[in-house]
Amino acid sequence: MARLDRAARSLFLAELLAGMRLTLKYMLKPKVTINYPYEKGPMSPRFRGEHALRRYPNGEERCIACKLCEAICPALAITIESEPRADGSRRTTRYDIDMTKCIYCGLCEEACPVDAIVEGPNFEFSTETREELMYNKDKLLENGDRWEPLLAKRLELDAPYR
Amino acid sequence: MVKLTVDGLEVDVPAGSNVLQACEAAGREIPRFCYHERLSVAGNCRMCLVEVKPGPPKPMASCALPVAENMQVFTDSEMVRAGRRGVMEFLLINHPLDCPICDQGGECDLQDQSMGYGADHTRYREPKRAVRDKYLGPLVKTVMTRCIQCTRCVRFATEIAGTPELGATARGEAMEITNYVERALTSELSGNLIDICPVGALTSRPYAFAARPWELRKTDSIDVFDALGSAIRVDVRGTEVLRVLPRVHEAVNEEWLADKARFAIDGLKHRRLDRPWLRVGGKLRPAGWTEAFSAISARVRAVPGNRVAAIVGDQCDAEAMLALRDLMRSLGGSIDCRQDGAFLSPARRDHYLFNSGIAGIEQADAILLVGANPRHAAPVLNARLRKAWLAGGLTIAGIGQPVDLTYAVNWLGTGLDTLAALHAGEHPFRETLAGAKRPAIIIGPAALRDPAAAALAWQLLLAVDGVRPDWHGYNVLHGAASRVGALDLGLVPTGAPLARALHGAADLLYLLAADEFDTKAISPDTFVVYQGHHGDKGAAVADVVLPGAAYTEKSGTYVNLEGRVQRGQAAVEPPGEARPDWAILRALSDALGHGLPYGSLDAVRQALEAANPVFGLLDAGPALGAMGPEGPAMPDDSVGRAPLAELYANYYQTDPISRASPTMAECARVAAPYPVAAE
Repeated sequence: MARLDRAARSLFLAELLAGMRLTLKYMLKPKVTINYPYEKGPMSPRFRGEHALRRYPNGEERCIACKLCEAICPALAITIESEPRADGSRRTTRYDIDMTKCIYCGLCEEACPVDAIVEGPNFEFSTETREELMYNKDKLLENGDRWEPLLAKRLELDAPYR
Repeated sequence: MVKLTVDGLEVDVPAGSNVLQACEAAGREIPRFCYHERLSVAGNCRMCLVEVKPGPPKPMASCALPVAENMQVFTDSEMVRAGRRGVMEFLLINHPLDCPICDQGGECDLQDQSMGYGADHTRYREPKRAVRDKYLGPLVKTVMTRCIQCTRCVRFATEIAGTPELGATARGEAMEITNYVERALTSELSGNLIDICPVGALTSRPYAFAARPWELRKTDSIDVFDALGSAIRVDVRGTEVLRVLPRVHEAVNEEWLADKARFAIDGLKHRRLDRPWLRVGGKLRPAGWTEAFSAISARVRAVPGNRVAAIVGDQCDAEAMLALRDLMRSLGGSIDCRQDGAFLSPARRDHYLFNSGIAGIEQADAILLVGANPRHAAPVLNARLRKAWLAGGLTIAGIGQPVDLTYAVNWLGTGLDTLAALHAGEHPFRETLAGAKRPAIIIGPAALRDPAAAALAWQLLLAVDGVRPDWHGYNVLHGAASRVGALDLGLVPTGAPLARALHGAADLLYLLAADEFDTKAISPDTFVVYQGHHGDKGAAVADVVLPGAAYTEKSGTYVNLEGRVQRGQAAVEPPGEARPDWAILRALSDALGHGLPYGSLDAVRQALEAANPVFGLLDAGPALGAMGPEGPAMPDDSVGRAPLAELYANYYQTDPISRASPTMAECARVAAPYPVAAE
């Protein structure tokens, strides 16, 4: 009996039809892939992408060189040097992140008492050379200036859960 | 002894102790801010609350409560915990939440104790207090809003430093710690205020915002800025020495450190010699090691051995001095460590030691200072003298320029003729010395420049029974950290100190970091080799400059003024081509064809021990009592009548490192000449 059954299936191309049915089903469903560089998927406000150093609305940099991000960084990717600025305030003279060491854990952001260092929504920062991934303070502040509207928005969205 | 129980544990403590000490004896940690072992009890922070039975049903401040027989102390009851939490909440009412920008962050008592004993939130919603910052000079930075009014700084300045310049004005919330006038602190111990401040109100100005405590690599070392040999900890980040802190050594520096030792370290970054230099056509030009060595060996071959001389500097380690001594011996030259021209003989050890010992001097009941300014030569020792004076029963007199030493000194005269008069019994103070149980003389470098002073002082002390088997009151106060080690190695030529008789005395002069003598006295045709770490006076007159290592960059042995042999570790690498000094001398000896017989630091140390067995006894304190009554030799000429010069008038700039330090330059600029004691 089993033999007959198998022969009948082969004769009437049952497996092929089952496969075609599945193909047809997915053809009629909405698409899940996106046309990546032109379309982008949804992103959580907690997404941990490229770092940025933020400023206050008056243009003053937020970072106060407390070095807590440097201390907590599990990959030892952050290097900070600091000294008193001319007005006596505590500021960094050097704020480097080695983006090749960084594991994007977000602990620097958690540790920062003034929301200065943040991991923004940008994940498209691949470079052609390794050196370009050694970020310095200027680069990070520039990132901050460029992304500030989004950075502020995502902090605001995440605030109720903190 | 008093017997009491702490949390059910029975402890015996000496009568007169307070409950806090009893709790520590039982191994219980009591949080505190205002209480400090070496300061008087203030009892104003209320953090050290404990519950005591029998007694009133309320928490008691344990630092201000004397122990009583059969007392029951509870350090962890519900009442105590609630009390501490309340005290902490009150302390934090006006303390700003600026830990991220505070230099004390990470090593702050308030931070730690609020984690351990405080609540997790505050109920205070009202405005916080703000206090104007005070100017305390170039060393201590103030952020007075952070102050919790523990008054440790006020008590330190008044009791230990002896410069009562700090105080508190107003009461309650309006209370402020202030120095009343906008003026730098005049104490040479002001850096200790930073250490004793439990919060970030007083922090180090040169170290401001430089680093966090957790990024620093810590190395134990020995201070070389004075002859006391204070125990220090060198904090390094990367290749940079960022700060120096005292370590506790009860027999030497207790837990204090002089300002020069603490703050002159920024001089290590300036004016450094990081490569050999060679004088060609009257100008120094950079050279290589082999070039420099061949220039020296060409000269050594050209001059007779007895025309070679060497002078050892004030901050040298014993290893380098031994290597130089052995090299000079093989060349037939002479070597001297007495840059300041002091007449000191290495014949017997107690002729050049601080024989009472640094801790032992507290037992003296009459002290005569002869040409000694301990406040400038060794500020921490001066604090100890003040401590002994405050304890009572100590009479102090001085010969030399009257200065304010922070305790009452009866200034008998300015010249050594007063010492001669004392010796001859023509001075009333002689009676005080003779009546004292433990008389002591502290003779300083200013007096030792006179060949007869040491012998005269010894004989005076002998006459008043100050040199006996159970007490040795003859104390030489050296100004240089290397001096006792050099004398232990016998680095003294026959006759007058070399630095005095330089002109034409040598054709080749080797300076081992020696800068503190009149370099103009060197005759122009003398070939000068300078080996050291800073481009100072010595390097300016040198024909060949060899870059050596500063004290933080080499592992070295130092002997302090009481003869205690101590070892410091290298914290960083020497800059550029600079090398540890003994290694340079070892390499040079090969180039000269007189190879020294040791090739490693361990071998040098074995040779040190062979040269003098005292180098084998690490951290051994001074022997009690005198070996015999024979004093330093008395020269034929009588003592001079001229007033004794103040050798260390500028405390802040006495050596190549501190002269290169911007911080010390600023200190010297603001330091007003301190007023003469009224007594």
